[in-house]
Amino acid sequence: MQQKSPAYDFSHSPVVDQVGIDERVSRLNSRSIKKSSKVAGLKLALNMIDLTTLEGKDTEGKVKQMCYKAMHLHDHLPGLPGVAAVCVYPTMVRTARKALGDSAIKVASVATAFPSGQSTAEIKIADTKFAVSEGADEVDMVISRGAFLTGNYNYVFDEIAAIKEACGNARLKVILETGELSTLDNVRRASEIAMRAGADFIKTSTGKVQPAATPQVTLVMLEAIRDYYFETGIMIGMKPAGGISTAKGALQNLVMVKETLGNAWLNNHWFRFGASSLANDILMQLAKETTGAYQGGDYFSKD
Amino acid sequence: MENKLKTSKNGSAGSKKAALDFSSGWNYDPSPESKDHIRLEKKYGLFINGEFVKPSSGKYFGTINPANEEHLAQVALAEEKDVNDAVKAARTAYNKVWSKMPAAERGKYLYRIARMIQERSRELAVIESMDGGKPIRESRDVDVPLAAAHFFYYAGWADKLDYAFPNRKVSPLGVAGQIIPWNFPLLMAAWKIAPALAAGNTVVLKPAETTPLTALKLAEIIRDAGLPPGVVNIITGAGKTGASIVNHKDINKIAFTGSTDVGKLIQRAVAGTDKKVTLELGGKAANIIFEDAPLDQAVEGIINGIFFNQGHVCCAGSRLFIQESVAAKVIRKLKARMESLIVGDPLDKNTDIGAINSKMQLEKIREYIGIGKNEGAEFYESSCSIPSKGYFCRPTLFLNASQSHRVVQEEIFGPVLTVQTFRTVEEVIEKANNTPYGLSAGVWTDKGSKIFNMMSKMRAGVVWANTFNKFDPTSPFGGYKESGYGREGGLHGLMGYVNLK
Repeated sequence: MQQKSPAYDFSHSPVVDQVGIDERVSRLNSRSIKKSSKVAGLKLALNMIDLTTLEGKDTEGKVKQMCYKAMHLHDHLPGLPGVAAVCVYPTMVRTARKALGDSAIKVASVATAFPSGQSTAEIKIADTKFAVSEGADEVDMVISRGAFLTGNYNYVFDEIAAIKEACGNARLKVILETGELSTLDNVRRASEIAMRAGADFIKTSTGKVQPAATPQVTLVMLEAIRDYYFETGIMIGMKPAGGISTAKGALQNLVMVKETLGNAWLNNHWFRFGASSLANDILMQLAKETTGAYQGGDYFSKD
Repeated sequence: MENKLKTSKNGSAGSKKAALDFSSGWNYDPSPESKDHIRLEKKYGLFINGEFVKPSSGKYFGTINPANEEHLAQVALAEEKDVNDAVKAARTAYNKVWSKMPAAERGKYLYRIARMIQERSRELAVIESMDGGKPIRESRDVDVPLAAAHFFYYAGWADKLDYAFPNRKVSPLGVAGQIIPWNFPLLMAAWKIAPALAAGNTVVLKPAETTPLTALKLAEIIRDAGLPPGVVNIITGAGKTGASIVNHKDINKIAFTGSTDVGKLIQRAVAGTDKKVTLELGGKAANIIFEDAPLDQAVEGIINGIFFNQGHVCCAGSRLFIQESVAAKVIRKLKARMESLIVGDPLDKNTDIGAINSKMQLEKIREYIGIGKNEGAEFYESSCSIPSKGYFCRPTLFLNASQSHRVVQEEIFGPVLTVQTFRTVEEVIEKANNTPYGLSAGVWTDKGSKIFNMMSKMRAGVVWANTFNKFDPTSPFGGYKESGYGREGGLHGLMGYVNLK
């Protein structure tokens, strides 16, 4: 199924010019999104959110509350879509699955010794299998950044391929943790490895390291996805995560997707936001579009 | 998963079928820049000796918005008598005021003009887009800020000329006659006026007949800035008015930006006189993509190189050279990128490519597209929609073009790019230099040594590396061969306006 071309040499992955990316980002960010396209874009973004809680202090109660919020974003505003998924630790998957009942919202679980990935392949595979057996529809894995930075690209590739196998039918999102990769050339290279090793999605960050989903990083990854699609005809999803907390930032991401990959990616099967506070900012904007006035933060539930 | 299996089946054989869809789905609503705040007179006179006066002939001509063919204003047609009046005013101002004023005072006026351009930038940008057809994104983010930056930059030189040319005695030339084109109306006026005034000259400037309005708004700014009468005179008209300026006996310097044909006429006219001349003429720049370049950023550079300002740019990267090993990849990316360009209302904030400046220019571009098709180059255009009214042209490529094609040799001055491939560095240098022009060039590679090698071999006034169409007041700009001579911008820009002893 996968196009694992043995001839691909990851040390020769395409190069990226930082200055050129900055310019392209600033041009894309200057798109003016108004009126009905703003409302449609905000609703689209809402529907792409992986509502996330990944804390050591997470409890079942907290996860249940978040799941209720995922299904009832803001009942005062009729006609809102739900979020795409909730994203939790493996031990919370069962709770989330149960809380979401028969809603269409997916359960995503981080795995593979998230967030550092500092563990053995066996433990990572076991972690993944556990999450899937608990009912996860999607698995968000982290790559071994240490191995990547030492140039051991085949190790990173093999690990992703092994996790993909452990996922079974669950979709695999591969977190590059771009904040630790330091250059855009590395972001591009890690994207190539992940896509060719079997990722269904590539994802910027864990949210635990800064900087996270900068528009520059997201654009480089979108371009990698486009080139891979040109080469193979295979679509790969994209998930910027961490650092996108405003409606404006979300719309700017949609513009990048639209103008880099086109309309086929503008849905939650192919694009996600990993975020916890983004939903309420979008809700605030949507409420403003309906009522004409901004409401205070306390009018929107924080779960 | 099903989706993935399905697409991957097409994958191996059908990567060519994998096309991106930029048209359907979520789209941007119109987002037009407001024009309520602009002030346009119905009729503009000639700005001579500090005030707007009626033309001696009483004749006016109209200027239109090329995006919708609506009439914007009437402007005066200057004839020989008016040119005489303007030159006389400039000469008097030069003798009595400007050449005697302490240099620091001259600088103060230039700073004041720069600040007033910034203060009125919104109005200037909107009028520039209405009169010339360029997208508001460019007039707002490039033309107007750069025009202000040129005044700021040369204001700084006004009282430092002795340091600009150490151990030389610097004196102004006198009266400068300046003729500017329609592609960057306000910016070209700034390029011309700022260094001339900083060096102590006075000015008679003629904007192009299709785009006179921002120059006239600049005249209002100059009047409101309290510049002594006659130091800057702005007169409107067509080619004949320009000829009167060029042939005027009491003008010391001609600065012209425009076509190579007119540049040659000017050279003939001033031969045997003691007028100083600088000419900034046409171009047919090579934009060279090596296989080790950052390809996505190179594609962006190709787009900016040829589609910036609808391709109405003398330094446009209109000849693309791609190294063979990456040609298919780059062309595919380029075509996809062209699909996402938005062509339409220049005042819409999301418009990437605005209106062609005039009906005449649109016809010229169409003629060249016909020539290219007949010559056998492979024609490709973006499938983007264009407005039914107004002068618009889709972004166009001619693939597999050859050096002997006219579309490769001649300046089209529109959104038309010829594409050629090359194998070796020697080959591309030979082809890139094989043109009567030599204004600019672009080189894209990840290798610094390759950049320096190319820079030393390209016969072009400006060579951009891993970028294109970048301008800065501190950087000199000008051409080789039929692209003209003399430099504008930077320290070099002052040399065209001073005598050195």
